[in-house]
Amino acid sequence: MTWVQLAYLAAALCFILALKGLSTPKYARVGNLVGAAGMALAVVTAFATAGDHHVLIAVAVVVGVVVGVPAARQVKMTAIPQMVALFNGVGGAAAALVALAEFLENTGAGVLFVVATALTVLIGSVSFSGSLVTFLKLQEIMTTRPVLLPSGQWIGIGVAAVSAVLLVATPATGSAALLVLLAVAGLALGVLFVLPVGGADVPIAISLLNAFTGLAVAASGYVLENTLLIVAGTLVGASGTILTRLMAQAMGRPLTNILFGAFKAVPPAAASGEQRTVRSGTVEDVAILLGYAHSVLVVPGYGLAVAQAQHAARELAQLLESRGISVDYGIHPVAGRMPGHMNVLLAEADVPYENLKELDDVNPGIGSVDVVLVVGANDVVNPGARDEPASPIYGMPIFDVDRAKAVVFMKRSMRPGFAGVDNSLLYHPKTTLLFGDAKDSLTKLLAAVKQL
Amino acid sequence: MIELLTIFVLAVFVGFEVVSKVSTILHTPLMSGANAIHGVILVGAILITGHADDALTLVLGLLAVFLATVNVVGGFVVTDRMLEMFKGHKR
Repeated sequence: MTWVQLAYLAAALCFILALKGLSTPKYARVGNLVGAAGMALAVVTAFATAGDHHVLIAVAVVVGVVVGVPAARQVKMTAIPQMVALFNGVGGAAAALVALAEFLENTGAGVLFVVATALTVLIGSVSFSGSLVTFLKLQEIMTTRPVLLPSGQWIGIGVAAVSAVLLVATPATGSAALLVLLAVAGLALGVLFVLPVGGADVPIAISLLNAFTGLAVAASGYVLENTLLIVAGTLVGASGTILTRLMAQAMGRPLTNILFGAFKAVPPAAASGEQRTVRSGTVEDVAILLGYAHSVLVVPGYGLAVAQAQHAARELAQLLESRGISVDYGIHPVAGRMPGHMNVLLAEADVPYENLKELDDVNPGIGSVDVVLVVGANDVVNPGARDEPASPIYGMPIFDVDRAKAVVFMKRSMRPGFAGVDNSLLYHPKTTLLFGDAKDSLTKLLAAVKQL
Repeated sequence: MIELLTIFVLAVFVGFEVVSKVSTILHTPLMSGANAIHGVILVGAILITGHADDALTLVLGLLAVFLATVNVVGGFVVTDRMLEMFKGHKR
């Protein structure tokens, strides 16, 4: 039917425009709505042409909406990354299920069809289980450090080999049992793939799994001979791959290093044995330091977001500005838990765009900054990333705050950051530590600066 | 089959082209938006359920419809919420 094909074509165009819009700040929101409109058109078209079971399908859709919309509306901005991981996982699972159902329905189909089916099931399963593990890591239900099974890489290679054999054997035999085994192998592969990825690198893994789900959807398009699924799935697969590379570049590390780096990691030199001293200050000390500075740089991290301290930080910055102090925010590309995450959180707190500075804007002039206020960040100011080749985060670009005149570190405890790496900056003579909840400390600072 | 392959290859290039330059600020919303778009598997799930003949494929299909719907609506809503944050700050 021509109108069906035309509707799918229109939907595919909407998706392209959506991705294009999402790449430019001005049209991002419109782009997303265009994508949603395209999706609505495609779904209505599919529903109209579905042969039977309309009521059951509608019920399943309604249940999905009832579950999905509140989850998406109520999730805190800080928990967005794991939510995206979860949505990605269910998409992968849906693709695998569609391929499986079509295979059971359509016995005796051609070899190419079964190859596409097997690919969909494999990639969809990897994406599903991998996304679940990233969710568990980001939600901190399980450890955020890389998990290395004994001889884990050999288990991984073994499971990958089994999957490859099943990928060939399933189309050769047309056996449903082998297809189910392939799904199980895919689930194991997804888990093994994400386990060794360290906490700070998990967003990269999500982005890659996102691209995987896209490819699974594209493969399912071959199975169903549906051009829209092919186009949309391929778009996501291709753009997701590029996006993953861009994210890895923002962290200054090659992708293979991020995904498989844990296998080669050298245990850090045994410097931890010695007791190093830290200097902690009172709120009043820090208030004086800030109140009589000329320029202040705030480096916010995930801790700021968790404490919901964005608003307090903005108020303090405004107060300092009213005293004629220039205040900027240094936003690391991966501050928060995902690239761009911190920009979203600060925008939420009405911090003006112009005050958000990136690494390249800040680092050249950092020597003339009087006070750097590090709020709930850690890894992004760790000089080890610059100076210690043995450090797991070596190579990640950082704010060179150790070159500023003074550093104030607001921390809840001496616990290391998300990457689980010790930070030598904490023991630096220029550094003053201010322990406590970020919001609490900022509010006290605000009062103390007012007293000056 | 060759038509489908042609479409695939062209879509790869469009996908690469469309996001080749994007500022870090938009990485998270872009990932989330792309995530919503692969929820288009819902179309496949609806079609397969509509043609299901036996109970097993019907159940598998309906489960796929449910999961894909969560993917679609959740993906678009979360992306919109993120982008909403950027809104009021343009002078």
